[in-house]
Amino acid sequence: MAHHVLDMPAGEAAIRELRIGDTVTLRRWLFGIRDATLIHMFDRDRRTRLDLRGHAVIHTAPNVHRVAPAPEAPVGYAPFCIGTTTSMRMERFTDALMAREGVRLIVGKGGMGPQTLAAFAERGGAYLAIVGGAAALETTWIERIVDVDLDDLHPESLWQFAIHDFGPLLVGMDAHGGSLFAQVQRDVASRREAVLASLEESR
Amino acid sequence: MELDLREFEEVCRDLYVRALKILPPDIKAGFADLQRAETSATGRAILDTMVENVAVAERTKNILCQDTGIPIYNLRIGRDVRFDGAELKAAIRRGCERATREFSLRSSVVHPITRRNEQTSCGIRVPIIHVDFDARVETVTVEMIPKGSGSENGSFLQMLLPSDGIGAAKRFVIDRVIELGGRVCPPTIVGVGLGGTSDLCMHLAKVAATRPLRSVCPDPEGARIEAELSRAVNELGIGPQGLGGRSTSFAVHVELAATHITQNPVAVNIQCHSARRARATITPGGIAFD
Repeated sequence: MAHHVLDMPAGEAAIRELRIGDTVTLRRWLFGIRDATLIHMFDRDRRTRLDLRGHAVIHTAPNVHRVAPAPEAPVGYAPFCIGTTTSMRMERFTDALMAREGVRLIVGKGGMGPQTLAAFAERGGAYLAIVGGAAALETTWIERIVDVDLDDLHPESLWQFAIHDFGPLLVGMDAHGGSLFAQVQRDVASRREAVLASLEESR
Repeated sequence: MELDLREFEEVCRDLYVRALKILPPDIKAGFADLQRAETSATGRAILDTMVENVAVAERTKNILCQDTGIPIYNLRIGRDVRFDGAELKAAIRRGCERATREFSLRSSVVHPITRRNEQTSCGIRVPIIHVDFDARVETVTVEMIPKGSGSENGSFLQMLLPSDGIGAAKRFVIDRVIELGGRVCPPTIVGVGLGGTSDLCMHLAKVAATRPLRSVCPDPEGARIEAELSRAVNELGIGPQGLGGRSTSFAVHVELAATHITQNPVAVNIQCHSARRARATITPGGIAFD
C-alpha cells in the first residue's frame, strides 16, 4: 500500500503505477465535471476551451460565491462548499472523457463499473475514492477557482480548481483491472444467502 | 394563535441553512455507535473523516455536504392556529428562495424535462410541503429536510402479492441495499414503507428514512421488523462508502399503513450519512429551534 503525491497533470506511466488500496494526494490542478457537463460535451458534442489532458476530474457541482474578479478569484467565483457526487451515474462517459479529452484520473464516490474499468486498463487511468458528504473538509483542500467553462449549465459547469494537498484519496479502481468496489460486491454477494436465511419467515 | 407569516417566512429561510450546517445530535450519536463497532480499518478511517467533516463544518461555518438537496418542509399545526393557507405556502417558498439567494446556496432543483435551473431551489411543486394537524398542541412545528439525492436515487417500490408474504418484503429490502452498495453514501438510514397505496407506501419510506435515530415504529410488528433488518443489513459487509465494513447503516426504519386485501406493497427510500434536518416550534411566546 504505497502513498503517491501527484503533481497534476500526470503521465500515463505514473498513473499505471497506482494500485487499488494505495493512497494519493493530488497537487496543483483539479477539474470539476458532472452529469449535465458530460451530457452536453458528449451527447451534444459541445467542446471546451479547457485543456484536460493528463488531468484529474472530480464528479462535483460546487457551491460557489460570486465575487468581484481578483487575483484570488480570476473568474469571479470563490469556493464555498465543494464535495463530490455519486460517480456511477456517469459510467457511460468515462471512455469518451479519456479518449477525446485525455483525462487520466476520476475522483468521486461509490465507485464505477466495468466500462470504466476497461477504459482505465486500455488508456491508463484510475479512480480515486473521496469521502462523499465530507465537503466542508474537502473544501479546505481547495485554494481557488481559476477558471470555468460551459457556465450556462451552472452549477454543473466545467470548473478548474487550484488545489494544495488534495487528499489522501484511496485508489478504488486501477489500470490493472483492480476494483475495491467489485471486491466488496463479491464479498457481499457471498454473504447474501446467510443473511437472508437469518431472517424470520413470515408468520 | 395568529401565525405571523413574515416571521414564519424567516423561520423557513433559517431552517434550510441550519439544516445544511448542523448535523442533528441523534446522527452524531449514531456515528459514535458505528465507530465503536466498526472492525474494518478502511471503514474506521472513513467514519473518522465523516466525523471530522462535521467538526470542520461547525468551525468554518460551512455547510456539511455540497448537495443542498431537494427542499422538504413538514408542518405540524396544532389547535386554534389561524392563518391564510395560500399565504402560508407562499411564505414557505419565499423562505426557501431567500435562503438560496441570501446564503448563495447551490440550487439543485431543475425542470424535469428542460433541466432548466431557476437558481432558487424552487420549481413546479418544489419545495415539497406536507401538512399535518395535531390536536394535542397549540403550536406550529416546522421541520426542514434538504434531501440529498445520491441517496434519493436509491428509491424503490414493489407491489408484492399477498401470497408473497412479509418475508418477500424483507428480502426485497436486503436485495435493494445490496444493489445500491456505496452509491447512496453509506452509512445510511434505510427507510421502509409497508402497506398503503403505491404513493402512500413511497411516502412512508421517506418518513421512515428521515425519522430520528433510536425512534421506534409505533406498531409492534413494524418495530420487530426494523430491529431484525437493522441487524441484517450490517452483516452484509458493504460498509462506509461501499468500501467494506460493518457500518452499512445506522438503522433500518419501518413505517406502515393499512393496505388493500389484494396488495402487499413495499417501498425503500434511503437517507445518506449526512442525515440533515432542522426543526422550529412556533408558540405564542416565541420561536424555538432544536
